[in-house]
Amino acid sequence: MKADQRPLSPFMIGPYYKPQLTSLMSITHRATGVFLSVVGAPLLLWWIVAVSSGPAAYDALLACMAGWIGKLGLLACLFSLNFHLLNGIRHLVWDTGRALDLKSAYTLGWLVLASAVILTAVLAGVLL
Amino acid sequence: MAEFRLPKNSRIMKGKTFPAPEGATRTRTFKVYRWDPDDGENPRVDSYVVDLDSCGPMVLDAIIKIKNEIDPTLTFRRSCREGICGSCAMNIDGTNTLACTRPISDFKGDVKINPLPHLPVVKDIVPDMSHFYAQYATIRPWIRTQSTTPPDSERLQSKTDREKLDGLYECILCACCSTSCPSYWWNGDRYLGPAVLLQAYRWLADSRDEATGERLDDLEDPFRLYRCHTIMNCTKTCPKGLNPAKSIAEIKKMLIARRGI
Repeated sequence: MKADQRPLSPFMIGPYYKPQLTSLMSITHRATGVFLSVVGAPLLLWWIVAVSSGPAAYDALLACMAGWIGKLGLLACLFSLNFHLLNGIRHLVWDTGRALDLKSAYTLGWLVLASAVILTAVLAGVLL
Repeated sequence: MAEFRLPKNSRIMKGKTFPAPEGATRTRTFKVYRWDPDDGENPRVDSYVVDLDSCGPMVLDAIIKIKNEIDPTLTFRRSCREGICGSCAMNIDGTNTLACTRPISDFKGDVKINPLPHLPVVKDIVPDMSHFYAQYATIRPWIRTQSTTPPDSERLQSKTDREKLDGLYECILCACCSTSCPSYWWNGDRYLGPAVLLQAYRWLADSRDEATGERLDDLEDPFRLYRCHTIMNCTKTCPKGLNPAKSIAEIKKMLIARRGI
């Protein structure tokens, strides 16, 4: 048996590696970051362009955002921003070498998750 | 690069079932990853129903019982059976741990046993650790000095300096942490991983070592060190209760500190 014909041992989170708050927060942080740059930033750009192009362009944007797809997109952007921001602060604290024990990592993890959900709900109620 | 599926030759098939001996009342099923390099087939999962009334308390006891009494072809590594050698590191029920220090009673239902994740398999639950050991060798894990050796004594260390090695020297290099790390799964060719970085910090933190600058130079690299994204799967899974994530953060701090920022 040649070494390069050996099978790779299973690893995938879910069926083979237990999903844990540690890895799930990290994946969500990455996913929300990607979402903000792929959807959030172009949306912001569209808004700025629409504002500066005059009332007709701005009305078109408002019409798009009033539908359920638009609202869902805005809600997703809002959650992504809140989660990424709050978890980013958690990472900044870690970068100073603090709160790296497992208990603090979990306490802060749940705190970030709950705060992001609550903040999104409150802001969505006010803005959308 | 991130990958989410196993290559074709690694997909897992259904295997055989070995029923419990007659009259066994308290049984538990162990679903064990099997791969034989000689039969040309894909890996499979065999189920062994073990009589717990005639079995020791730890997962390793069950695995040894399976090999002794049910299926002698089952291949695994084990040595000390007391959590100090690291040989029986494996993925049990979705987390990496040592089979010898983990009681069967910790698990509900069937106990799934797989090799340490994302490594080439040599046979059954024996993974190929050569790359991991080669990475360990790159940090040159021994004391490096410039000053002359004291002629008539050892290199001494104060109690406080010795205490800085607590939580580091206990690492047994079982690779549970490194193979629990998604970043190591996907960039393990160049990222050193939590176990090797904890060992690197063990020498950085040693008051007797005189190669701190050189060691930091070697680690200051976007892949070797900075693929750590503080996921913390390493600390979560360490069977010795150590904290590799903290060690890695300390290395990053040392790199910032020496720039005088």
